[in-house]
Amino acid sequence: MDWLTRLLAFLSNAIVNIGAWLQSVLMGWGLPEPTALLVVRAVGALVVGFFPLIVVIFLIWAYRKIAARIQGRLGPNSSGTWAGPWGILQTFADAIKMIVKEDIRPQGIDLIPYNLAPMLVVFASVMLWAVIPFGPGGSLIGTDLNIGIFYILAFSSAALFVFLMAGWSSNNKYATVGAFRAVAQLVGYEIPQLLAVLTVVAVAGTMKMQGIVGAQNVIFLVAMPLTAFIFYVASLAEINARPFELLEAESELVCGYFIEYSGMKFGMFYLAEFMNSVAVAAIFTTLFLGGWRGPWVDQAPILGTLWFFIKMGLVILAWMFIQITLPRLRIDQMLNFNWKFLTPLAIVNLCVTVLVNKGITEAFPGGAPVWTRAGILLLSNVLTVLAVWGVSALGRRREERRAWRAVQTAELEVTV
Amino acid sequence: MTITLSHVLFVLFGLMVLGGAIAVVTVRNLFHAALWLMLVFFGMAGLYVLLEAPFFAAAQLFIYMGAIGILIIFAIMLTRAFMRQPMPRANEQWWLAALLAAVLLGVLIFLILQVGLGEVVRAQPVPEHTLQVLGVTLVDPEGYALAFEVASVLLVMALIGAVTIVRER
Amino acid sequence: MLEQFTFVGLLFLVATLLGTLPPALAWLLRPKKPHPRKSEPYECGIYPHGEAWVQYKAQYYIFALAFMVFDVEAVFLFPWALIYNWLPLYAVIEGVLFLLLLLGALLYAWKKGALEWA
Repeated sequence: MDWLTRLLAFLSNAIVNIGAWLQSVLMGWGLPEPTALLVVRAVGALVVGFFPLIVVIFLIWAYRKIAARIQGRLGPNSSGTWAGPWGILQTFADAIKMIVKEDIRPQGIDLIPYNLAPMLVVFASVMLWAVIPFGPGGSLIGTDLNIGIFYILAFSSAALFVFLMAGWSSNNKYATVGAFRAVAQLVGYEIPQLLAVLTVVAVAGTMKMQGIVGAQNVIFLVAMPLTAFIFYVASLAEINARPFELLEAESELVCGYFIEYSGMKFGMFYLAEFMNSVAVAAIFTTLFLGGWRGPWVDQAPILGTLWFFIKMGLVILAWMFIQITLPRLRIDQMLNFNWKFLTPLAIVNLCVTVLVNKGITEAFPGGAPVWTRAGILLLSNVLTVLAVWGVSALGRRREERRAWRAVQTAELEVTV
Repeated sequence: MTITLSHVLFVLFGLMVLGGAIAVVTVRNLFHAALWLMLVFFGMAGLYVLLEAPFFAAAQLFIYMGAIGILIIFAIMLTRAFMRQPMPRANEQWWLAALLAAVLLGVLIFLILQVGLGEVVRAQPVPEHTLQVLGVTLVDPEGYALAFEVASVLLVMALIGAVTIVRER
Repeated sequence: MLEQFTFVGLLFLVATLLGTLPPALAWLLRPKKPHPRKSEPYECGIYPHGEAWVQYKAQYYIFALAFMVFDVEAVFLFPWALIYNWLPLYAVIEGVLFLLLLLGALLYAWKKGALEWA
């Protein structure tokens, strides 16, 4: 039974143990310790970098399958050519097809930016994964930077210009219009997103991703549902999910800024879109669902990784259901929703949460009980929602009354 | 002096910044100039990381590559369809720009000579919790509380200016 | 401090690899048969007319400017949010005031009709 306990001990923290084993093997070959550590880290970077790619390959299949089932179709299957059970290898077939497709270069393109844009899109979405915590401790996260979540915001914001680059260099009116609209949308929804992140940072008291996970004795989805809602909606817009799917807008802009891309370059945009969806799910899990936290993580850290994946999967599933079942907004509705609803709401929410949280800290000098704090924060959220609803109802009624009065005066003029 | 990785990276980022900057002012195509500017911003972020100021590196990416970069490209695209034709490199105010550049160069050379070219400033250990200290001084009445609020007023003014531009349309 | 960024540097290399590998592979494997008909800009079958780089409306510029304003605000507020738990109440209110000023500016822009898509 001795080997069994040892095996269990190894498996309970498998990822860290594999890393330690690799390092000891390398040092056994005579490498000095820093070099061995560097090699282990490089392997870690490879794993972290390829992780979203591998998830996406199956995600695309799952997405198509679920979308088909919701819409009463079969989705990818093996009826024509064999593509694995339930068509699970369909994505591989698609990838191979894209790689061997001819690359059509429209005339008048700006060659270097045109070719650079799809590479940069994928590059930026891979870079996000450096600070995502997959499990407890310092080894199951790429690197626990001090600026943690701000690093993610910085990279996702820095990548915005790539859309303009792709759209402009394509020498196509649809592409340029698409790029402009895409950037107007992404730029707008970044604001509520970062205000929501500020709320989380203020309550958690840290920007480190592990610190934010550690601060969630009550997960922030329960303590601050309004913040979670703002972040989630803004993220949906950031990843171009259906209610906000204006970047592509098949019927108006015929794919938007990447209309002129074909073959693998088109594939890169497609890939980046799905990779960003996975990244957003991971970030949401870390910020609001307690990341890797769950039962028995102390005994077996590997379970933390499992909890993380389960939560992330649920967030992705929620994204899919929203994406598949909702219709698309018009661009003015989309912009109005952001600038006249989500952004003011996010500012008010940040102010209220910060003041209430400070009030709790002042009211309980010895430190507030965890659930009391969460309960009061939740209550303040509910009150904020009610207040916002009341204000907007008042505004609507005033609008209606004004319209009614306008109609009446018009009638009067007619009769006179 | 042994050459370490951070020296190599410093030279790389420095070349990125300098080369990018030269390209920005020499390229004829305005859109390409904006793209080269992005490279400059990225190199600056790298230099900030080497200076152990990750918050400023991220802020560089966040504000300059994110917001300012987009703003510049939008501005280029809003100003008629002249990005196709190569523009003359200088307009009639070139002598003013040259004068300002010369003054700036003079000030910089003066400052460098003050420190002394031969002396290398010894790297100070970066204190821990710099960000927390920054946060405290920003809202400390003894520190920069006033400047902090004035920054907000400045941002409000920027927004109001934007509104005015729209209304003039 | 810097060693925290080792991983970022390594991931930078991996991300570059991931970004360049698929297009490079495609470049090696794909057929190359250009034809002038193929390389016309795609405008739903209609012959393209005029320049693709036309002038855009000022509305876009406003959204970018508003974005910049909020970005700068966020950079100021992140250090504040980081230590806000240890701040006295008046310092917290300073930050809230900062935000409310911006909210006021946003409401002003709204009232003046700058946020309309027209």
